[in-house]
Amino acid sequence: MSGIDLVLAALQSLRANIMRSILTALGMIIGVAAVITMVAIGAGAQAGIQSVIDSIGANMLIVSPASSRSRGAAQGAGTRQSLTWADANSIGAQIQGVEAVAPSVRKTVQIIFGNANWRATAEGVTQEYFTARGWEIGTGRGFEEFEVTGGGKVAVLGATVAENLFPGQSPVGEVVRIDRVPFEVVGTLKAKGQSSFGQDQDDVLFVPLKAAQQRLVGQSTPDAVQTIYVLAKTPALVSVVEREIEEMLRDRHGIAPGDSDDFRIRNISEIFEARAESSRVMALLLAAVASVSLLVGGIGIMNIMLVSVTERTREIGVRMAVGARRRDVLAQFLIEALALSLIGGAIGIALGVVSSQITAGLADWPLRLDSSAIVLAFGFSAAVGIFFGYYPARKAARLDPIEALRYE
Amino acid sequence: MSAPVAQTIDLCKDYRVGPSVVHALADASVTIDSGESVAVMGPSGSGKTTFMNLLGCLDTPTSGRYLFEGTEVSSLGPDQLAIVRNQRIGFVFQSFNLLPRITALDNVALPLAYGRYRRSERRRIAAAALEEVGLAERMNHTPVQLSGGQQQRVAIARALVGDPSIILADEPTGALDTRTGIEIMNLLQQLNARGITIVLVTHEPEIARFARRVIHFRDGHIQSDESQEALGAMSQAPPDAADTADAVRALG
Repeated sequence: MSGIDLVLAALQSLRANIMRSILTALGMIIGVAAVITMVAIGAGAQAGIQSVIDSIGANMLIVSPASSRSRGAAQGAGTRQSLTWADANSIGAQIQGVEAVAPSVRKTVQIIFGNANWRATAEGVTQEYFTARGWEIGTGRGFEEFEVTGGGKVAVLGATVAENLFPGQSPVGEVVRIDRVPFEVVGTLKAKGQSSFGQDQDDVLFVPLKAAQQRLVGQSTPDAVQTIYVLAKTPALVSVVEREIEEMLRDRHGIAPGDSDDFRIRNISEIFEARAESSRVMALLLAAVASVSLLVGGIGIMNIMLVSVTERTREIGVRMAVGARRRDVLAQFLIEALALSLIGGAIGIALGVVSSQITAGLADWPLRLDSSAIVLAFGFSAAVGIFFGYYPARKAARLDPIEALRYE
Repeated sequence: MSAPVAQTIDLCKDYRVGPSVVHALADASVTIDSGESVAVMGPSGSGKTTFMNLLGCLDTPTSGRYLFEGTEVSSLGPDQLAIVRNQRIGFVFQSFNLLPRITALDNVALPLAYGRYRRSERRRIAAAALEEVGLAERMNHTPVQLSGGQQQRVAIARALVGDPSIILADEPTGALDTRTGIEIMNLLQQLNARGITIVLVTHEPEIARFARRVIHFRDGHIQSDESQEALGAMSQAPPDAADTADAVRALG
């Protein structure tokens, strides 16, 4: 029999038992739809994490001093005062591909306003810092250039600090005492909420870098900064910029070749790559669970094909009597199983596409429908059809024509 | 003269039933020439069905030789036997054995689907065969929409469609009433008159009388093999058979 004949005969026989065919195909439909949805959910979740990384700065590099040593004992990261504002300025001025440079110093301070007081982290920063770290001014203003360089005693409060010191009122224009030094509040920041690690990011206040260096931190190297945030122009440039910063700082700090750096450069996306990895594993797990349902669908096909072979034993006998060879009978039943699984697979793909769209909409993820997942699902359903259809088809092909003709 | 359509030489078929061996057919030597009409008779268990299965290339013998149109077929594999059945043998069964879900035309075309025919050609040949058995107007009916006699005609058309040299009919009238049975026998006789060899199994002597040769089986052996003057041959049809033949033609 020709291929077209076989396909037509298969469709005809599936139509003859339409309800049974639908129910059998349903196993495949659900299996394939589940696989596609799960893969899309996994990919969507990853894309979601990626967009979070992008929003907090996948192109962010954090430069901090290395550990200092006191009589051989390491004092911990950041204890050296090896980084300076001047370092930051030359990174910004000389390295291409740098979008923004934000040096900062940090100290935990006591803030007093009237009867209220609060303890929070104060950071001495430049105006660039706010854009580099994604802070937006809520009320008031940020820092002026002259305040940053001139050590102006002004402050911008994070939302948590503002709430605690000025419950129900605007802090802008008020004077607070930060570690006993009076600073004028010029602005507040929009709340950022929790960090991805659960810290309250708003429990912070900012003062101009110069002022922090002079009035709050009090360090042996007056120009020292604790951290330099460097924002590369694109994520792809991060590694290049990282290398160039290292070269430049080694040069500026006069580190001989072979000696270790007196600073550390960290890449913020590394942290999130671990989370992306875990979501990838999760996606794999979901897909694996979904493929189990494909397997169950395949078993359903095998079951129905076995029933069909038994029911149609006499038909097989007739076909053999009029000249069907074993391979003709094999092909007939194999193609029936294949038709079931492929039709089920096609409907399943359509259903999967719709349901992953719905899921993406509900979860507010970018929709990630991989065409390779669809091709794979289709190929997989074909494989399921052949794998689970082969045994019943072989059983049919091996029938003895005499007994098949006599079968009641 | 050309080789006989079917020649069996000491054909044996044993079946193993548990520990014992049943000799279903023993030393059957029969030569059937082209154009013969043969009735095979005998009680159940006599070996006649086994003999027919071997004759129809549905089964292979335990020992002995079977020459089909001069070719040894007793050692052929299942697929080669299928080709012989497809191209040289037509089957007619007691219970018609039509595929229930497809039309008469598709049923008749079924053997051609396993040969090398195009779709359009298959339909043309099948339609011609249906016309020959007088069912041209019912070719798009499914078997359930046809009477028993009509179903058997479709089956005969199916047997005919591959242009076989022999038609094997296993109790072709067994499921039909007497009148319809006679119509069917007349049809087979017409085909026989055209040169197609007919071998039919029956346990009804009246049906066997339509054949010119009767072989009796008993306990796996050939008991008798004799020629007779056939009933209802075209030239010498008895009145009642001629009437039915007329009726068939009128129906067709």
